[in-house]
Amino acid sequence: MVLLKLAYKNLVRAGLRTWLNALALSFGLVAIIGLQGLYIGMGEQAASVAKDAEYGGGQYWHKLYDPYDPLTLQDAHGKIPQNISKLISEGKATPILIVQATAYPQGRTVPVLLKGIIPEQKILKFPTGVLKSEDVDGIPALIGERMAAELGVKEGDYLTVRWRDVNGTFDATDVKIVKIMSTTDQNIDNGQIWVPLKVLQRLTGMEEEATIIVVSPDLKNPPPAPGFEFKNLKFLLKTIEALVKVKTQGTFVIYIILLSIALISIFDSQVFSIFKRKKEIGTLMALGFTRLQVIILFTLEGALHAFFAVILSALYGAPLLIYAAKVGYALPKSATESFAIALGERLYPRYGTGLIVGTAILVFIVTTIVSYLPVRKIAKMKPTEALRGGIQ
Amino acid sequence: MSVIKTENLTKIYRMGHTKIYALDHVNLSFEKGEFAGLVGPSGSGKTTFLNMVGILDKPTEGRVIVMGKETSSLNQKEAALFRRKYIGFIFQTFNLFPHYTAFENVEFPLLLLDLSTEERKERVMEALEMVNLAHRANSKPSELSGGERQRVAIARAIVKRPEIILADEPTANLDAKNSYNVLDIMADINEKLKATFIFATHDEKVIKYLRRKITLNDGKVVKDEVMK
Repeated sequence: MVLLKLAYKNLVRAGLRTWLNALALSFGLVAIIGLQGLYIGMGEQAASVAKDAEYGGGQYWHKLYDPYDPLTLQDAHGKIPQNISKLISEGKATPILIVQATAYPQGRTVPVLLKGIIPEQKILKFPTGVLKSEDVDGIPALIGERMAAELGVKEGDYLTVRWRDVNGTFDATDVKIVKIMSTTDQNIDNGQIWVPLKVLQRLTGMEEEATIIVVSPDLKNPPPAPGFEFKNLKFLLKTIEALVKVKTQGTFVIYIILLSIALISIFDSQVFSIFKRKKEIGTLMALGFTRLQVIILFTLEGALHAFFAVILSALYGAPLLIYAAKVGYALPKSATESFAIALGERLYPRYGTGLIVGTAILVFIVTTIVSYLPVRKIAKMKPTEALRGGIQ
Repeated sequence: MSVIKTENLTKIYRMGHTKIYALDHVNLSFEKGEFAGLVGPSGSGKTTFLNMVGILDKPTEGRVIVMGKETSSLNQKEAALFRRKYIGFIFQTFNLFPHYTAFENVEFPLLLLDLSTEERKERVMEALEMVNLAHRANSKPSELSGGERQRVAIARAIVKRPEIILADEPTANLDAKNSYNVLDIMADINEKLKATFIFATHDEKVIKYLRRKITLNDGKVVKDEVMK
């Protein structure tokens, strides 16, 4: 305790040098928390969008369904089990039938997925209600802005679509684009045309069948469904988590650079202290301080820079980060498209206690190690030589 | 019983193949309350002797017995603990900590002793009063004159009531007036506390105050005389 008090006094009384080092360290601390918070926010935002627009509270997958293998779609459909039908009628689940198809906009051929969904469903948050349109001349279709851009269509346009029915026979019809929706979730937009479930079931001869069934987030303990496998959110969000993790790892280099700048200045200060304060070290030894106590004192001095950095970070970094979390960062559309996960127009960072405390502890540990390295020299210092001062 | 006793105390420094005898079989003993000084030209071994007695350095040969304990064999930690308890130092360049007040500088040796804040405060103020600096307790070294700084250093040396005070050229950086002032204070403390003072000096003003003068030359005791 005595050594801690002395180290604190020495640092505070060293004045500007201490605060400059602490400021440099605090920049690193704030930047790490800021960047890491950004990725956490990104992950949570993407997960939230995905839950709202794709996953709900989890999905039943037909046992042959593999989202990464389009060839499985030919066979990945089956009768909706009775117990699940009950959930669907109660609004606790919604089935989706997925069929491979080809669209023919302006004479071009574009492979698409036809997705049938119940227009009245409330589980997935996108405007499937537009598919209810009774007065539509043809089959109502809902697409996203990306799909519309790819197809070169606008609302009210007709589009010829061809598919294979349950027997493998090709069939074709015109669908009318009743709505072009704006969504941040590319997975319900790119290459997809949404049509009413009943219509798609009829067109393909897959009556009462589905490829996947999305359950409501309110549904606890989804029951087993014959022919289908339940995939919980942990499983479904794995891809997003992995993607965010990869992106986070890429920023470690930035963290290392940021911390290195601050730590080099602390290391430099420590080396300088050992030389400049050699007489002080000798005097401490003459007064009865053991070498270990002197080493601890000087190491604590260096390590306390992290403590001051935390204070500084709290003073200027906390308001800055809180403001950023409140207002968010505007993302250009091109950026959101390139991220491969659903991002909004603004990205809102999230800083958990674990992130803040963990980063502070990491900075403290690294600072202590960096502070200790030059101080080891004291262990070899003779009191008489230290008392003479100067450079050994 | 002697407070300090050296037996064939020898310190050899090696410069290449050359051996330099900083101390050459020195046999001395000091009784409690002595006010003694080691005099001699530069390089005669005065500071080296103080370093040996203060356990800041180890002899090449011979023994140093302080307070009845053979100190040459102590490891650095034991030596630090021994110094903390029994030995006070006064340096030529004062060696005060610049960021600390006079009070805090004097308090330093007490920080490692098991004393309450009140006890520490009492002892520090007592020591500062002995050197007539109680009124400058809150001044930093940079705000004190050379004489005042050395008086703070003396207060720091005596605050833990050590048995032995080793003063290495304590007046070398002081003018005549301040030197006499500091010497008067040390003589007075020696009277009051009965601590053994050993000086390393070649200052005539200090020599006038000594009750025992030991002359060293080339690491050997050439004269050991009681002064009037």
